[in-house]
Amino acid sequence: MSVLFLVLPLALLLVGAAIAAFVWAARRGEFDDLTTPAIRALHDDDPPPPG
Amino acid sequence: MSAIDTLAPARGALSADPEARCAHCLLPVPRGIRDRAREEQFCCAGCHAVWQILQDHGLTGYYNLPERREIAVTSTGRRYEEYDHDTFTELYVRVLPDGSREVDLYLEGIHCSACVWLVERIPRTLPGVLRAEVNLTRSRATVTWDPSAVALSAIARWLDTLGYPPHPFRGIRAETVRRREDREMIVRIGVAGALAANVMLLALALYSGWFGDMDPVFTRYFRWVSLLVTTPALLWPGRVFFRGALAALRGRTLHMDVPIALALTAGYSRGLWNTVTDSGPVYFDGVATLIFLLLVGRFLQQRAQRAAADSAELLHAIAPSTARMVDGDDVREIPAEALLPGMTIVVYPGETVAADGIVSAGTSALNLALLSGESRPVPVGPGDPAWAGTVNLSAPLRLRVEQTGETSRVGRMLREVADSAARRAPVVDLAHRLAGTFVAVVLLLAVVTAGLWWSTSPSVAIDHAIALLIVTCPCALALATPLAVSVAIGRAAGAGILIKGGDALEVLGRGAAGGTLFLDKTGTLTAGQLRLLAWTGPDGVRPWILSLEGEATHPVAAGFREAWPGIPVPQADDVDHVLGGGVAGRVEGHEVMVGSPSWIGCRLDVTPHLADGESAHLTPVLVAVDGVIVGEARFGDPVRPEAGGVVSRLRNEGWSVHLLTGDEQAVATSVGRALGLAEEAIHAEQTPEAKAERVAVSQARPTVMVGDGVNDAAAMARATVGIAVHGGAEASMAVADVYLSTPGVGSLVPLMAGARRTLSTIKQNVVFSLLYNVAGAGLAMAGLLHPLVAAILMPVSSLTVIVHSWRSRSFEAGEHP
Repeated sequence: MSVLFLVLPLALLLVGAAIAAFVWAARRGEFDDLTTPAIRALHDDDPPPPG
Repeated sequence: MSAIDTLAPARGALSADPEARCAHCLLPVPRGIRDRAREEQFCCAGCHAVWQILQDHGLTGYYNLPERREIAVTSTGRRYEEYDHDTFTELYVRVLPDGSREVDLYLEGIHCSACVWLVERIPRTLPGVLRAEVNLTRSRATVTWDPSAVALSAIARWLDTLGYPPHPFRGIRAETVRRREDREMIVRIGVAGALAANVMLLALALYSGWFGDMDPVFTRYFRWVSLLVTTPALLWPGRVFFRGALAALRGRTLHMDVPIALALTAGYSRGLWNTVTDSGPVYFDGVATLIFLLLVGRFLQQRAQRAAADSAELLHAIAPSTARMVDGDDVREIPAEALLPGMTIVVYPGETVAADGIVSAGTSALNLALLSGESRPVPVGPGDPAWAGTVNLSAPLRLRVEQTGETSRVGRMLREVADSAARRAPVVDLAHRLAGTFVAVVLLLAVVTAGLWWSTSPSVAIDHAIALLIVTCPCALALATPLAVSVAIGRAAGAGILIKGGDALEVLGRGAAGGTLFLDKTGTLTAGQLRLLAWTGPDGVRPWILSLEGEATHPVAAGFREAWPGIPVPQADDVDHVLGGGVAGRVEGHEVMVGSPSWIGCRLDVTPHLADGESAHLTPVLVAVDGVIVGEARFGDPVRPEAGGVVSRLRNEGWSVHLLTGDEQAVATSVGRALGLAEEAIHAEQTPEAKAERVAVSQARPTVMVGDGVNDAAAMARATVGIAVHGGAEASMAVADVYLSTPGVGSLVPLMAGARRTLSTIKQNVVFSLLYNVAGAGLAMAGLLHPLVAAILMPVSSLTVIVHSWRSRSFEAGEHP
């Protein structure tokens, strides 16, 4: 059980890292538009232009 | 005039032939313009142009997209020269570090994923464009280009050709503030969610420890870690509630934030005390979950309000952005912002007047629909005033500019609209109105609880009082309204009714008794187009009439073309259009005149053809061949078939229905009578300002304004709820709280019914959450509230509200009368 004294702080560090990543992404505008990127992903790649 | 305009009226009126579909937009192709020699057919020149572009650039993948718009491509054909002007660059263009430039454009006609696809492929079709990114929900595109390779005007023309006329996006400053707020909201929810989940895990361990034996060392450890995780949740995402509560207290009002802040403070400080002294229960799981759930409720609410703000952006986009300034012998296109009083501008047919002014040369007709809502052209000549936003119909006009931009009549109107929309007192939702009583009752109960248990032990008394504060935290209550509303808004969108805010739903659901509902006539109760309603005369003259009216933009001409599609049209010679009179010319050897009785009356005796009582409100048009009147047509704007039924349904529900129109008395009376309205409920010849005034007078009770035009926009903004109908002007859509996306007023009935059901869902939600609170408070007062019970009771009450809101049948998709 005493391993908890090591694992729990480590887990909290992970949480902190995840939160930091999320805050960074949100402030960069990754979540500004939640509709269009979803549509864009469904479009096929373009064929090479003719000629 | 462009080919598109000529063909446009034919589009709607044809005998459907399943084989002939436009290769681009899939609309049926009128017989007259089919080309037997080709495999592909096109409904109009615009579609053909776009199809050709896609073929040339290997972008035929567009036609494999599952969703594409079935709307003919209509380009305005504008030059967009002002987009290259220095003033424009200074106002709207950003220069990026690598020398390329970036602009935000608002695009008309962006509706589906295929539009996104097409616009984002502009870099492949137009060299020099580096990047184009579309935001579908807000109809905006961010375009980056290399100024040495391509001009912005060329990009704008290209977008226009593709059928997406661009407008500069004029709200950049407000946008920055708003974007920061939006991002912070998402950050807060994310952080609160992550922290709450972790506190929950720790709490789970603590609760299980109660039933097994856990080493007290671990119990203490878990409690300290919980404290460590809860503290940032309270200080960072939770701060908004304390700020709200402080603001409310400073304003001497009681807002829902007050009991929330109270519960959070009580729970956290008692938890902190008990952790440090290693006694009693900690409430960290409750505190962290509360913060998260409450933020979710607030997010839902804010999102609905944002939708309203989004569309206010459109207001800016409709103001004309360009003008042709006369400079000596030169005519230059300049941004409308650069116009000054005293300048002379020229307005060509089909263009929008950019500023208020006095006509100095030329005679033409103006379409004042933007100001009056009526589409009948008004003749103007030298000395007459012309207003910004009106459309010149027949001949070039020179104007001396008097007022520009915000001081022009349309500018003042738009500002008035924005102001009234901002001034309108927010409808306080049900839960918030309960807040005051709620706080008082909860505080009283807490004091009573503490008093009851004081004799046992002060510590126990405080614990019980705090348990009560936490268990009665109005979490479910705060979720009651936003959840029900956002579910209803989502369902309503499925039924073709777009609702921008919950306020509108509450008013519509409550307001039937004693509320006043104003209906605009043209474009709302009627289709807003002149239709040929009666025709007496030989069939043989029909092709001759069409031949004369073939190219005219006058609504009567359009009415003839629509009524008689598919008739082969002979060639007309010596065609002479007389403004405000009619048209004369020679067809197949006959002198043919088509025009108003007063004009034809100058040459011929028209007495037997003058309007009688019954059709006085219809516009008569006479046809003379070789000096003899042979035919008589009557035009009118017929009331939509469903309107009568809708009006009587609304009146049965308790609404007092009024007709509010800019049209003349005779027309208004005839329409009003057909709908069964009393004389005093019909208001004719109302200017936009008068409409707004009339709505404001009835303000004591809830008012609803249903309309379509910019002339209704001020009234809509002034009314408690503004409803815009399908096909309306963008400005009216911008201020409206509700937009009906199906033509006509038929959707009003399901809208009212849905609003009533939503309101009852909200009420049931409030009752549910209050019941939970009463039960929790009772247990706490009796000292029976085990922290575990509290931890379960609280999320369960929120869950009940969520499930109930979601299962409620507010609007059903496809629900039409």
